[in-house]
Amino acid sequence: MSLQEHAAPLVSGTQEQAVHPHRDDIASRMGMWLFLFTELLLFGGMFFLYSVYRFENKEAFHNAARELDTLIGTINTAILLTSSLTMALSIAAIQRNKKVLSITLQLINVAFGLVFLINKYFEWSHKISLGLYPKSDILLGMDKGEIVFFGLYYVMTGLHGLHVLIGMVLISVMTNFTIKNIITHENYVKLEAAGLYWHLVDIIWIFLFPLFYLIT
Amino acid sequence: MSQAAVIHTNGHPSYLDNTGKYKGLRSWIFSTDHKRIGILYLTSLLSFFSVGVLFGFLIRLELLTPGKTIMDPQTYNSIFTLHGVIMIFLFVIPGIPAAFGNFFLPIMIGAKDVAFPRLNLFSWYLYVSGGLLALISILLPGGPADTGWTFYIPYSVRTGTNVLPTLFAAFLLGFSSILTGLNFITTIHRMRAPGMGWFKMPLFVWGLYATAWIQVLATPIIGITLLLIVIERLFGVGIFDPALGGDPILYQHLFWIYSHPAVYIMIVPAMGVVSEIIPVFSRRTIFGYKFIAFSSIGIALFGSLVWAHHMFAVGMSDTGQFVFSLLTFLVAIPSAIKVFNWTATLYKGSIQLDPPLLYALAFIFLFSIGGLTGVMQGALAVDIHITDTAFIVGHFHYVMFGGTGVGVFAALHYWLPKMFGRMYNIKRAKVAFWIFFVGFNTLYFPMFVMGWLGMPRRYYDYLPEYTIYHQISTVGSWILITGLIIMFSNLIIGLKRGKKITEKNIWGGETLEWQIETPPIHENFVDIPVISSGPYEYKQNEPEYEEAETENGSKRGEGR
Amino acid sequence: MNEQHTDAKHMTAGHGYGIYILVWLALLTLTGITVAVAGINLGGLTVAAALIIAAIKSYLVLTIFMHLRIEQTAFKVFVLVALFFIVISFALLFSDFSFMKG
Repeated sequence: MSLQEHAAPLVSGTQEQAVHPHRDDIASRMGMWLFLFTELLLFGGMFFLYSVYRFENKEAFHNAARELDTLIGTINTAILLTSSLTMALSIAAIQRNKKVLSITLQLINVAFGLVFLINKYFEWSHKISLGLYPKSDILLGMDKGEIVFFGLYYVMTGLHGLHVLIGMVLISVMTNFTIKNIITHENYVKLEAAGLYWHLVDIIWIFLFPLFYLIT
Repeated sequence: MSQAAVIHTNGHPSYLDNTGKYKGLRSWIFSTDHKRIGILYLTSLLSFFSVGVLFGFLIRLELLTPGKTIMDPQTYNSIFTLHGVIMIFLFVIPGIPAAFGNFFLPIMIGAKDVAFPRLNLFSWYLYVSGGLLALISILLPGGPADTGWTFYIPYSVRTGTNVLPTLFAAFLLGFSSILTGLNFITTIHRMRAPGMGWFKMPLFVWGLYATAWIQVLATPIIGITLLLIVIERLFGVGIFDPALGGDPILYQHLFWIYSHPAVYIMIVPAMGVVSEIIPVFSRRTIFGYKFIAFSSIGIALFGSLVWAHHMFAVGMSDTGQFVFSLLTFLVAIPSAIKVFNWTATLYKGSIQLDPPLLYALAFIFLFSIGGLTGVMQGALAVDIHITDTAFIVGHFHYVMFGGTGVGVFAALHYWLPKMFGRMYNIKRAKVAFWIFFVGFNTLYFPMFVMGWLGMPRRYYDYLPEYTIYHQISTVGSWILITGLIIMFSNLIIGLKRGKKITEKNIWGGETLEWQIETPPIHENFVDIPVISSGPYEYKQNEPEYEEAETENGSKRGEGR
Repeated sequence: MNEQHTDAKHMTAGHGYGIYILVWLALLTLTGITVAVAGINLGGLTVAAALIIAAIKSYLVLTIFMHLRIEQTAFKVFVLVALFFIVISFALLFSDFSFMKG
């Protein structure tokens, strides 16, 4: 009368039964997607703030944005987009049992993240050397809208940078797993999950970039 | 007669026995068994609740007389801040999902555990850490936060009290809530037993599902908002500070975008509990199953759109106010649908007035009062008059305490016997209920009156004309607490020395938890059941109930 | 079917490396367009264009890189629900701020 655990008939059109009682890749991906929503909303809250403040301080934002270096911003955008490529390719590679290729791509990915962060370090250092940092006298002497702009700039790009770092650590752990054959062409959902995280970090930057660097 | 054919679990050890590698306390705090985690949550929740009740008791004691009664104003501000933080973040928000959702969700859908058991345990660790951090903030130099649980700018950036640890605590608790919601959504989508379609799920599960979505989507907003206050206090970044170009109203918007949906995180699971209890204790199938199921989703949806009704008096634009007032009226509709359907279920049912039903009925009564006063507040002209008065305090205590709190008590009386295989004294439970009920209304109803007459909230001192209301209210708090003490001691004594129950179906329910062992075995089921019917399919005539009663012997426990 | 540990659709995704590279080139091109358009001052239209292009880029990342295109319907519904929440909160927030005086 009751079903055995291991036989797995489909129960509905949209639900595929877990084929192995202790492993459900769809559940793993679903969990990661739900977690991504929380990250999306975390940054979403800040985008709300940005929008309202920009709406109320159009001139000031325009002026303040001139301090940002569009070239570095564009380069960083290209870097992140390319790192998303290597991420997606590394999964495609492991799907085809190309272990070495996958590992290489993952490592390149982490390297791209590092370059992004180094660029960011130079950007911030430059601004700080100009006296444009929270609580500095120069900043406090500027227009209120400009103070808010830089506040948002540091917090949003800072939080984003932190997520890039987390992503790099996550992918490094996956690289380790791939080397140790914990991630294989038959079991790579962990890599997919890490990839999803990385792509979200990329998407957030896709919106940060024009809003901070291209409003001049 | 139940959702599945007979389920055999003979010979398997109960989840309360230690079969793993850990013994004693460690077998509990390292356990990934959803039932044990549910109990871990339950004990921590009720402990924090007691602390919150203590602070409430002290508030009412201070307000017994105008001017100073037992404490100075600074202490008073901290006490009501902590009362709010503890009750909201440590009791009412996690409450039913963390304790009863964790314990019963997998069982009710025919699963052996949640989708991510280790994440579940981690959620509990976050919860306890957050709770301890909040309590520690009381002892650190600087004194506990005095901003009110709403942390409004600019005071929260300027005050020298321990706002930082409190904010960190709230952040940890939010993270715990998010992970629970994430776990539940995945569990409900992926782990239902064969035959358990969406419309065969118990309504409690529907409630948990709707709640889980609010937890996942809304909580991050307060996460970032509180984080921004932390950053402002630590680095002077100036996101909200008006002196640096920030906008305090924007803070309030962001704060309430979470904190309003949060109240639906609080109430929807409690409504789910009521939806479970009403059919069982009226021996009738629930009236309008689909309407109740969809109304949970409706509340989650509409509840996310009304937040600024907390801000009608702060300087919003007229347009904003009209929009939010209208939406606030609309959100009452799905809740009303539930109340109508519960009432229709009871009508001409075979009513068993046991403690779970008493609390469920109290829920309907008290929540209706709270909900209707909420609609009153949604009217702009009325709200200008009563906002930030004791009227609001009365309103939210009726819905949060008379709603969710009573929902917790109902769940305890309904499910504790199944969880532990011990029955409490039913007579004493009923006595405790009535004392609590009288105390509750004596404590909170005067707040509507004095608020209407102009008594502000969060005020340490007040004009002599309000004294009589405060005195009635404080006496009510003593009666209420007496009721709580009797209730909890009855339950605890019941756990230790109550009659042992081995029968599976204590109350005559049809959902899966009543078809398995009392207490459940470690894996809930030996084999995953196949579901063939809905969760509340009682027959209209009585023979099966009679048959079941004689079959199981005295299934109602002692004291009846 | 029982022995496969991933769902069939996922394995035979048919995503040769090529599609990813194509999408990457599209993303870079769109970035270039955004930067170019930013130089032209069209007032509110410049912002709108930048955001629309960002949305297109995100769509490509979501559907191709993140495999949303081949995932179960439930996932797509989830994404829409999350986006809906963001959009409607944003709209309601502006129902207050766009109409404030001073």
